[in-house]
Amino acid sequence: MGKLLYELTESVRIALAQIRANKMRSALTALGVIIGIVAVTLMGTAIRGIDIGFDRSLAMLGDDVMYVQKWPWGNVDDWWNYVNRPPLKPEDAVALNRIIEGTVNSQLSIGVFDDARSTTVKAGGASVSGVYVAGANADYGRILIADFQEGRLYNETESDSARQVCVLGYDVAQALFPGRSPLGSTVIVQGQPFTVIGVLVRQGSFLGLFSFDNQMLMPLGAFRKFFGIRNDNTELQVKIKDKNRLEEAKEELIGDMRRVRGLLPGERDNFSVNEGQAFKQQLDPIKQGIAFAGLFVTGLSLFVGAIGIMNITFVSVRERTKEIGTRKALGARRRTILLQFLIEAVSICAAGGVVGLALTYGMCMAVKTAMPNFPLEFSVSLVVTSMFVAIATGVISGFVPALGASRLDPVVALRYE
Amino acid sequence: MTPPAPAEPRILRPVGPLVISIENVTKLYVMGDETIHALRGVSLEIRRNEYLAIMGPSGSGKSTLMNMLGCLDTPTSGKYEFNGQDVASMVDDELADIRNREIGFVFQTFNLLARSDALKNVELPLIYAGVPPQERRERARETLESVGLANRIHHRPNELSGGQRQRVAIARALVNRPSIILADEPTGNLDSKTGVEIMALFEELYERGNTLIVVTHEESIARHARRIVRLHDGLIDSDGPVD
Repeated sequence: MGKLLYELTESVRIALAQIRANKMRSALTALGVIIGIVAVTLMGTAIRGIDIGFDRSLAMLGDDVMYVQKWPWGNVDDWWNYVNRPPLKPEDAVALNRIIEGTVNSQLSIGVFDDARSTTVKAGGASVSGVYVAGANADYGRILIADFQEGRLYNETESDSARQVCVLGYDVAQALFPGRSPLGSTVIVQGQPFTVIGVLVRQGSFLGLFSFDNQMLMPLGAFRKFFGIRNDNTELQVKIKDKNRLEEAKEELIGDMRRVRGLLPGERDNFSVNEGQAFKQQLDPIKQGIAFAGLFVTGLSLFVGAIGIMNITFVSVRERTKEIGTRKALGARRRTILLQFLIEAVSICAAGGVVGLALTYGMCMAVKTAMPNFPLEFSVSLVVTSMFVAIATGVISGFVPALGASRLDPVVALRYE
Repeated sequence: MTPPAPAEPRILRPVGPLVISIENVTKLYVMGDETIHALRGVSLEIRRNEYLAIMGPSGSGKSTLMNMLGCLDTPTSGKYEFNGQDVASMVDDELADIRNREIGFVFQTFNLLARSDALKNVELPLIYAGVPPQERRERARETLESVGLANRIHHRPNELSGGQRQRVAIARALVNRPSIILADEPTGNLDSKTGVEIMALFEELYERGNTLIVVTHEESIARHARRIVRLHDGLIDSDGPVD
């Protein structure tokens, strides 16, 4: 055991001396590995970043909320099967809640109807266009995921009497009332004054497509009074009791909705039950495709780095053939020679890996500072994985030349000039 | 150019037990469609405390015999026993162990590691023998002192003269206390004065009880030994004491 240890120490010493003696050459070879590692790790951080951004977005949808809508999420090829479905109506929510109450051990807790429209909101001289204004009654408080930065949601009395009060999303509040609290102020929607009674905390955007901060909530009664009843963007948000039993809850909800809609057995659903998990399942293959293609392309650059390592190890073996012969004459076994050159290759790769990781870390930090929302995620597992990859690169690309060195005939090697 | 042969009468130590026993050894090299008989049936016995010179013109099989004796190569046929161990049938790593424990090599071109100092160079066989670092350094230092390099321990080869380099190489050969020292043209790259010094060192090593085999093509070098084996065309031409 001691013998192997001494041989290893000796090998490391030789490898370091060798690298020191050929600084330029080693640096250039390491550069290939560095570029490869930077490419692969950057890709890794991007993939992880996408994952995390995605999960964050899904969390905004709520992992215990299902959405009953006219259209399913994602693309449909057979739009004609959906376009004539009846819209969701407030009565649907009433009927659904009655069924839920009547079900023993129901997995569902409540369904809330909401309608929404995109419009312009004004206050004083300022105005924000494209605000997503939603109308729902006070029950919405039981579903709402976002916390209140200040104020509150309208209560049942305000809701039932269609009081002109509203809750603003973070961005809307910031745009209309920069640097001061909007509570108690008046905003104008559809030419009507609404009193601000609450502001939601900042939530961010969903996959960068839809901002949850660019919204406004008001009692359903008030919404219908000023926006009319078009029912073209309506939905039921249904909260479930146990998010670990999502499938069960979904089954139940579909059954309940069929009863609400009075569908006969054999008739197709005329509604869609959407939820974040299903959305995720739909997007997962795309995500995997991106990851695979990305890692393959960046992996190619690491492969080029590996070829550089192999080449330099071949050169190193060739240059030191006589030394190998001498060492063998003095009693070096095959294993010793193999280790010596492998460790040299691995050292260059490991050094490249460390520098590459440091560069990646620097880039991630720079990007994070410049664009806080850009999905990049540097992690410990990334460090471990890429160091493993770097070392494996060294072992694999150094192996063939090192094996050749270990098998040299000492007589031939000693005679080599 | 060549160092003069020693003039004065010399010590002849009593020989010890058998170290090397070669019986009817042949070696064939196949090069393309040509087969070269480097050794055609050589038998040789070498005992402890011998000082032997192997001589012969180039192409005589001298180098092949040396490689064989040094366990760098195995015979095509025939018997080779080293301290009773059958070398002829050994594989690579077993041969490496034999070389490490039993044989000290001295090369014509010294073959020192350029980037290591004298001490590290001498330590090398001990690393392969698995000797712990502390003991390694002590033994290497002692051995360097015994060849007269006490004040050159941390010099690198390029900071040493040719003679000093060969002394480092000799220390390296001695450090693991091998059964035989095998020197291949040890003065071939040295001027005559330094050559004399090295041969004097060999004489000293012999008197200290080492077994020496010197391979050379120079008669004057060979005459330092106590016994000369002459090869010709892959066969032993003569084998006898130096008169």
